[in-house]
Amino acid sequence: MKETILRVEGVSKRFGGVVAVEDVSFELGRGELLGVIGPNGSGKTTLVNLITGFVKPDSGRVIYQGRNITGKMPYRIAELGIARTFQMVRPFYQLPAYKNLIIPLYSPRVRRLRGGKYGERDDVAVDLLEEVGFERDSFVPYKVAASLPHGYLKRLELARCLALRPELLILDELFSGMSMSEVASTLPIIERLNEEGLTIIMVEHRLRELFRVADRVIVLNFGRKIADGPPRQVMESEEVKAAYLGSEAEVPDA
Amino acid sequence: MRYRKERLDRGIKARCEDIFALSSWREILYLLLPRAVPVLGLLVFPLLKGIVGLYWEKVLVITCAIGLLALSWDLMASVGLVSLGQALFFGAGAYIAGALNQAFGLSPLITIPIGTLGGALFCTLLLFPVLRLRGVYFAIITLILPLLFARVIETTKILGGTEGMSGLSPLPGIWFELYVPVVALLMALFGFRRLINEDYGLVLQGIRDNDRAVMSGAINIYKFKAQAVFMAGVAGAFSGAFMTHYYQFVGIPAFAMDYSILPLTCAVLGGVGSFAGPTLGAFILVPLSEVLRAFGTLRVVFYSAILIICVVGLPEGIFHYIQRKYHQFERLVEVE
Repeated sequence: MKETILRVEGVSKRFGGVVAVEDVSFELGRGELLGVIGPNGSGKTTLVNLITGFVKPDSGRVIYQGRNITGKMPYRIAELGIARTFQMVRPFYQLPAYKNLIIPLYSPRVRRLRGGKYGERDDVAVDLLEEVGFERDSFVPYKVAASLPHGYLKRLELARCLALRPELLILDELFSGMSMSEVASTLPIIERLNEEGLTIIMVEHRLRELFRVADRVIVLNFGRKIADGPPRQVMESEEVKAAYLGSEAEVPDA
Repeated sequence: MRYRKERLDRGIKARCEDIFALSSWREILYLLLPRAVPVLGLLVFPLLKGIVGLYWEKVLVITCAIGLLALSWDLMASVGLVSLGQALFFGAGAYIAGALNQAFGLSPLITIPIGTLGGALFCTLLLFPVLRLRGVYFAIITLILPLLFARVIETTKILGGTEGMSGLSPLPGIWFELYVPVVALLMALFGFRRLINEDYGLVLQGIRDNDRAVMSGAINIYKFKAQAVFMAGVAGAFSGAFMTHYYQFVGIPAFAMDYSILPLTCAVLGGVGSFAGPTLGAFILVPLSEVLRAFGTLRVVFYSAILIICVVGLPEGIFHYIQRKYHQFERLVEVE
């Protein structure tokens, strides 16, 4: 049995009368790659926000590495090694791409783990960008973020997370808005990170790509967890089929 | 035949963004003059007091005081804290310096530093609980606080009540009086400009643009906001502490709306976010208001009209407009 890195215990959150997440529980082992899927509005992003502290749960607990992190400030949770991407990319458009990474590199966590002063951080940032597929030779890391295509900005988000040296990486619809070729080039990066031992939660709409890399998938519908297991098995479930029926997401035969 | 305006960066600017390779005297002067001319001008102006007269030297001191408040406003705006209450910093510095001088007879050389740091610390502690507010909500709090203090002093009659504290120690000598505000303004201007371009400053600007991303980067944004408020407070409270001894008086007007609104106006007129803009704004608005005294009661009308024309005509701010003109050629090119 793998060591549990994250345990979510019956978290619920309602916004006014709307139940966004209801009594969701799951465990995540170190090194696992967990997919979170569900139709639009099923509470996937709220679940991410609950884990990362951007939203405080009404009830339930989130335990990370044996520590109760429920309701902690987002920067404290990030400090403990949980990094997340945002669905909406909002980089610092007027800055060069690599300068966008200075902020996580300036955090106490990274300075403790990595050291580095003014100037050295720039080199670390460029290395990180190369890692997520920015072509160093063509000076892409030095281009102003405003001039980069959306796919690069998404990968900039990924690099921003990796800068933190996370132990748990949460990708909130990283592939949305990416072209097929951009997805194809990003997927191996995620696979490699996972092979290197990084625990990853992927919230995704692109099931075909997700199922290629995910060990396990949980399915949310109307805020409730309706399935949990290996991709193929989950998609067999009648309840999951019903949830997806009529929605635009395709159900691939894995 | 239709024409389109084409903008081209000048050679030195086009080659690289902010690291310049200097290859000739012309290029060195190109970079140095826009910085050196205002600095030298400010340092020389007090020496000319025989020619320009003491009246305009006094205008210089007031301009520097307002300029410091405008810089302080701009630093807070750089972290996304839009303040409508620079008078809070000014008043806190002014009253601390004034009270120390009256109660213990301390010299201005001691009360000004204590007023500066104490005022900044006081304001930071006071604003700390509301640093999580953003935009209008934060602005409203800052707008109300100085008015609140003015009423508290008025009703409780502490710290001199409505009469204020007069007969405070004068500043030691005319050169101190003229040069200290000039040097303080230059230090704040170049210090803040330097700071905002360091990694530290990038974090501050990051908080303004996208505080959620900064928080998910494991950075305690409230700590950074508090530090920025403290630094802004130092500039603002110094202005207040200095002016207390300059006027040898401190009273409720130290918390007046003028000290909140004027710095904001300077910043908007000059150009937000560059520090040079708000300073330039102060050097336009304060002397302008003096020049317009000749118009008597119509002064405010002309003042407002000029302000409206500038803000509507150059919404980016005068400094950014000048900077763009300096760094770029413009020419008309034909388009089909």
